[in-house]
Amino acid sequence: MQKSVELTGIGKGFGADDVLKNIDLSVKPGEFLSLVGMSGCGKSTLLRIIAGLERPDRGSVAIGGADVTELDPSARNLAMVFQSYALYPHMSVRQNIATPLRMRRLSLASRLPLIGALAASAEVLREINKSVEQAAETLHISHLLDRKPAQLSGGQRQRVALARALVRSPAAFLMDEPLSNLDAKLRAHMRNELAALHRRLGATFIYVTHDQTEAMTMSDRIALMSEGRIEQLGTPSELYEHPATLTVARFIGTPSINLVPVEVLPNGSVSLFGQALGLAAAGHNAGPATLGVRAEDVSITPEGLPLRVQRTETHGADRFVHGHLQADEALPVTFRLSIGAPVAVNSDDVIYVSFPPERAHLFGRDGSRLAAFPTDRVAA
Amino acid sequence: MTLILEASSAAAGRGTRVRSKGERRMMWKALLFVAPAVLLLAAIYIIPVVVLAGFSLTDYQLGALSTRFIALENFAKAFDDPVFLRSLKNTVIYAVIVIPLGVFLALGLALLVHGRKRSRAFWEAAYFLPVTATLVAMATVWQFLLHPSIGPVNAAIKWLGFEPVAFLSNPTLLIPTMAMIGVWQILGFNMVLFLAGLTAIPKDLYEAARLDGARHPFDRFVTVTWPMLGPTTLFVVVTTSISAFKVFETVAVLTKGRFGSETLLFDLYLEGFEYSNTGYAAALTLIFLVIILVLSIGQTLHLDRKVHY
Repeated sequence: MQKSVELTGIGKGFGADDVLKNIDLSVKPGEFLSLVGMSGCGKSTLLRIIAGLERPDRGSVAIGGADVTELDPSARNLAMVFQSYALYPHMSVRQNIATPLRMRRLSLASRLPLIGALAASAEVLREINKSVEQAAETLHISHLLDRKPAQLSGGQRQRVALARALVRSPAAFLMDEPLSNLDAKLRAHMRNELAALHRRLGATFIYVTHDQTEAMTMSDRIALMSEGRIEQLGTPSELYEHPATLTVARFIGTPSINLVPVEVLPNGSVSLFGQALGLAAAGHNAGPATLGVRAEDVSITPEGLPLRVQRTETHGADRFVHGHLQADEALPVTFRLSIGAPVAVNSDDVIYVSFPPERAHLFGRDGSRLAAFPTDRVAA
Repeated sequence: MTLILEASSAAAGRGTRVRSKGERRMMWKALLFVAPAVLLLAAIYIIPVVVLAGFSLTDYQLGALSTRFIALENFAKAFDDPVFLRSLKNTVIYAVIVIPLGVFLALGLALLVHGRKRSRAFWEAAYFLPVTATLVAMATVWQFLLHPSIGPVNAAIKWLGFEPVAFLSNPTLLIPTMAMIGVWQILGFNMVLFLAGLTAIPKDLYEAARLDGARHPFDRFVTVTWPMLGPTTLFVVVTTSISAFKVFETVAVLTKGRFGSETLLFDLYLEGFEYSNTGYAAALTLIFLVIILVLSIGQTLHLDRKVHY
């Protein structure tokens, strides 16, 4: 099942605070879209509005072209995986996974405990059982079907929650930080499994996370949210290569992007501590600005910006150097670059670094991206 | 190889001996720590029950100069005593009314009060008031309310055109009337327990149930609320049964056991303190204790299997 999800002009306030401000978002059928941002940015509220667990103050929600703004969550045919997994503790894994099917396919009388078994049609029960076993097989939990959630590990509970979601081919899957209660190694493993599951099902996934790595590795598109707004909507590489705002640049990428205060001169050229960088800002943007450059775009060169090394950090294939730009001792600017293994760099060394100006991002005082182009001079 | 093995086993042997000395010291320390609890338990519960069991095998009367060991004669007498058998029957009828009504009405009230936002504190206090009031005083109030000629309840019945009902002198109505007062008294307490249980249910479960298609409130009750309240229900049922079997004040104030309205506790109060048959009263007390014990253990074992996940 692939359905689109359309949000139009969604607004929501709690008390005096506006949690969501006029959100428009269109999720394509079969797309894996991540809502990512710091805690409190409104991403979970937005997901809960799609699910129907919260009502928007303004705007509308449409699933597969049909307006569902007024519909109860039970009528929206969506599946949701909660951060806490929200498994029913008194039911076995089998019963947990069967619940969405029982609710939909059995009459009220046959859902009653004890006497319900008599009223239910054996045919339907057999079908339900078959679907449950298929879902369990997909997630490799067939051997756990008769256990209670309390007897499972965190990773196994996560799988049960996923199985409960996919047992009935919903219009879309909603996931609210489903991996955040797992340890780092299992989280990396489940990231791969979720991405594979998405490819196999071809279903629409809307995934909320505060972890940019999860968003970057799994999503077709990312909506980066901040203070109740969507800052940027795009593919992971668009967000990484062309951050639309300073917030996006800061949020996306590990290690974080290097940000240094620069000055745009009246003639447009950008200077760092009085040194021209070979970059010019378009338009009339003279004044202080912020320059962002990714660690992997910086290299050690015979001359360039002097950097006093603080420490190096080894990640196996990658090594990162952390240091302070020396031009202003009173205001040390942390700078990170990635270097190949052969270069020996020690703490307190002074090295010279530079970067190709076309790889730099320039942001104005309000945090929005400024158009910039390299001048004919190479970066200092 | 053998050498090493021997050496290690010798070391192990020495280790055990050393450890056992340390273990003995630890044991003494442990005994010292449990001593206060054991002594208190013995002084407050175990010794009195043993003394009680001793009395129950004699024909001791309060202040009597001589007393005889009569083995189980008191127990045999009890099950031939029409007053005791009547009190047993009355207590069972009382419990059969109070336990289900006291538990399920309280659950219903808790569900209703839980849904209130601003008025919740008011309803909680209102229903909890009877718990804080002394039952002896409240029984007097009920006596007035149910009075055949001056009570407002009968005034209302008469106003509706029916004959006045003698709640407190008609023998068939006596126990049910007292049971209603018992329900009224225990409702608030049970409701507060259920409210605590309701508050502890994670909101996520209700939301998951709604997304799973539980559109009817009844579905959400069966899928989430009722199972999640299992431990609370067990506790409420056990405490309600115990307090139902302990009914005393209403009888003592409203009827003083007239019209065949004795209950277990009232009968043993009569035997022990009015007629001074200490030995016989001790036997009745022992029977009472056994009933309570069997009930609590039975319920706990039966329900425990269903409520712990």
